Amino acid sequence: MAISFDSALGIHDEALLFRARRAEVLSNNIANADTPNYKARDIEFSAALESVSQPRMKQVATSSSHNTELLSPDLAADMMFRIPNQASVDGNTVELQQEMARYTENAMEYQASFQFLNKKISGLKSAIKGE
Amino acid sequence: MSLSNVFNIAGSAMNAQTIRLNTTASNLANAESVSSSVDETYRSRKPVFAVQQVDPLVEPENEFGQAAGQGVQVLGIVESDAELRQEYNPAHPMADEQGYIYYPNVNVVEEMADMISASRSFQINTEIMNTAKQMLQQTLRLGQQ
Repeated sequence: MAISFDSALGIHDEALLFRARRAEVLSNNIANADTPNYKARDIEFSAALESVSQPRMKQVATSSSHNTELLSPDLAADMMFRIPNQASVDGNTVELQQEMARYTENAMEYQASFQFLNKKISGLKSAIKGE
Repeated sequence: MSLSNVFNIAGSAMNAQTIRLNTTASNLANAESVSSSVDETYRSRKPVFAVQQVDPLVEPENEFGQAAGQGVQVLGIVESDAELRQEYNPAHPMADEQGYIYYPNVNVVEEMADMISASRSFQINTEIMNTAKQMLQQTLRLGQQ
């Protein structure tokens, strides 16, 4: 039986990347808490999970002048704008306490994904050593 | 690596809040700077914040779609157009021919509220940086125990 790292680690390495990415988006929301007309954004976990587990239609470059790096329409919908509970006068939709709560929650989930990954690796290690 | 981007984002926010705190300090310091003409009087200064957009040609979209943006930037500092406080005081050494002196349009209560808001925002961003630091440090220990 061949051991493939890709299947051994499961979804956890992807999940870890997603959490890091979400931390970036949420910290950007908090950084712009005082910026007029800024609209808070977030990535949905289920949407990201879906795009990892079953890839949707991919765009194909049929001409050398097509730029595939610039835009990926199949993934552009993953980052959504938040609907504010109470809109602010200056057009900003960041609700600081909620963003902070989400950021902390995301950090905890990152820790969880990290634990899973770490245990997978120590499992592989003991398999290699034959303990 | 997107986690190290968090440092840039939180750093830009801390920088912007520091500039905001500087304008507040300047406004409060000059709240009673009297002058004898409308043009020479100090006016309340405010920073203008805007999102720092990523150049899509420099940094193309990653696997999760749109870029998260790159924090906040200060576009510039604007002076308030609010009316100056005019006071009739012929005995004042700075009084003009009609006996008027002009006070800056600094609203001290507003400035204090602004100051607290800026300091809280700064605090939150240090918190964000700390959490991101912990997450990164943890990642460095992956597979070690």
